[in-house]
Amino acid sequence: MMASKITAQEVEHVAELAKLEFSKDELAEFTTQLGSIIDMFEDLTEEHTEGVEPMTSATDRVNVMREDKAVKAPKEETDALLKNVPDEDGGYIRVPVIIDESEDGEE
Amino acid sequence: MNFQTTIGLEVHVELKTNSKIYSPSPVDFGDQPNANTNVIDWGYPGVLPTLNKGVVRDGIMAGLALHAQIAHRMHFDRKNYFYPDNPKAYQITQSDTPIAHDGWIEIEVDGKKKKIGIEEMHIEEDAGKNTHTSKYSYVDLNRQGTPLIEIVSKPDIASPEEAVAYLEALRQRIQFTGISDVKMEEGSMRVDTNISIRPVGSDKFGTKTEMKNINSFNYVRKALAFEEKRHQQVLMSGGHIAQETRRYDEPTGTTISMRTKEGTDDYRYFPEPDLPPVEVSDEWIKKIESEMPEMPGERRKHYVDDLGLSDYDAMVLTQTKEMSDFFEEAVKDGGDPKRVANYLMNDVNSYLNDKHIDLPDTKLTPANLAGMVKLIDDGTISSKMAKKVFKGILAGEEPQAYAKEHGLVQLSDPAQLQPIVDDVLANNEQSIEDFKNGKDRAVGYLMGQIMKQTRGKANPQVVTQLLMKSLKAK
Repeated sequence: MMASKITAQEVEHVAELAKLEFSKDELAEFTTQLGSIIDMFEDLTEEHTEGVEPMTSATDRVNVMREDKAVKAPKEETDALLKNVPDEDGGYIRVPVIIDESEDGEE
Repeated sequence: MNFQTTIGLEVHVELKTNSKIYSPSPVDFGDQPNANTNVIDWGYPGVLPTLNKGVVRDGIMAGLALHAQIAHRMHFDRKNYFYPDNPKAYQITQSDTPIAHDGWIEIEVDGKKKKIGIEEMHIEEDAGKNTHTSKYSYVDLNRQGTPLIEIVSKPDIASPEEAVAYLEALRQRIQFTGISDVKMEEGSMRVDTNISIRPVGSDKFGTKTEMKNINSFNYVRKALAFEEKRHQQVLMSGGHIAQETRRYDEPTGTTISMRTKEGTDDYRYFPEPDLPPVEVSDEWIKKIESEMPEMPGERRKHYVDDLGLSDYDAMVLTQTKEMSDFFEEAVKDGGDPKRVANYLMNDVNSYLNDKHIDLPDTKLTPANLAGMVKLIDDGTISSKMAKKVFKGILAGEEPQAYAKEHGLVQLSDPAQLQPIVDDVLANNEQSIEDFKNGKDRAVGYLMGQIMKQTRGKANPQVVTQLLMKSLKAK
């Protein structure tokens, strides 16, 4: 097996950012798999991209915008959304207490 | 050792659009929790965002108000992080191509003017709101997707006082564009600060510390002043400043290091594939420029040059857009500019301060204030009566009807007043004698008698005229 493009530490770090926890065996397995995926993407470097503008969208369209008009979702939709919540209380989504001094997370 | 201070500010401003930035849900978070959300706001699989044109327009307007360059082509970026108020697990923001860059605003501290640069300004979405109890946290996504602009200053700010002056100038300019309420106390303006110090003459910035979401201008000044001093003390005692996020603790007036969250810097930004790029034409920018309301400086000039107000009056009236708009409406409705200005600056302002409310919270209208001012000017009511009529118009009453209903109308008709003057003179011969002997006090006494007879309603100017004429004829 060739040297992996990604280290186990990097996989662990990315897993942590994604709030995932892996066992030692899983970590080794995913490191190999992710390495192969990166290898596959490496093929793209064979393309000549000189002078080609970076693409940020898969279509050629620009300026797809909607007018600033408010449309309130029907009550059936919000009811359905709340129904799918694991734990709901008085219209709020109830989650385990967030132990964090910053009240509103990131912006 | 002498130090110099470098401060940079990041300000989030909530836009007053009708709908959210990437979904058509209404922007209204006073509603029932989660009532103003849809599948897009919840980040359901397969949904796609669509960009609100109004947000791009407001962003361009804010950029123009801050003398910034507007991007002609921009895209959006994903900033990835997990938090319960962020259902997509990413925020759609602008990282590579902000909507505006390289602007400036002017501040004044201790009579000295200074330009503070603006690095960039971008548009993005707000997160939902969490409320915490000891056992659970409660998530309301009504705020999720509310459009924000983030305005990043250059590190041009040299003191906590300059920081507050910058925030005040920024708030005023944004407020006058009408795109946001910019109220710190309601969270429609939020401030993050960065501060570092370095020895005078050194060209290398010191290590900076950050503070997030300080919720009043006063606390911004106190928090920065505390940090400035703390940095100095640490460096003077041979220590070094840790790069970290700190929190301002209001009760103690100090700043406290926050638990450092590992890996949160790793936002893994990448271009947002769900939103096509936006191109802004010069025509569009020109159109928005033509729709831009007058800025405070232009208004002040107009008030002084055309309406005859003093510089001070003009400054007070342009403190807020609400006050300035109200003044202009009342003048348009025929109120004398100086009198309207005096009422707004004195009676109205002290009423607002007393009640801790803003102008739109009252029932006072520009038309009614102008109406009352006209009643004073044409002698219908005295300034003493105006005090009572003012109470009426504060309660939303129409001044003319209110004055009539409460008998607050001056007697100005000479035909009605002359008999009263004659009557008083007939009963006070001694006073006439005194007047002839040059005792001016007699006039005051007679005036008083006439006012008493008319229960204070006689127009003093008319009475004085009639009285003097009658006395001289004796």
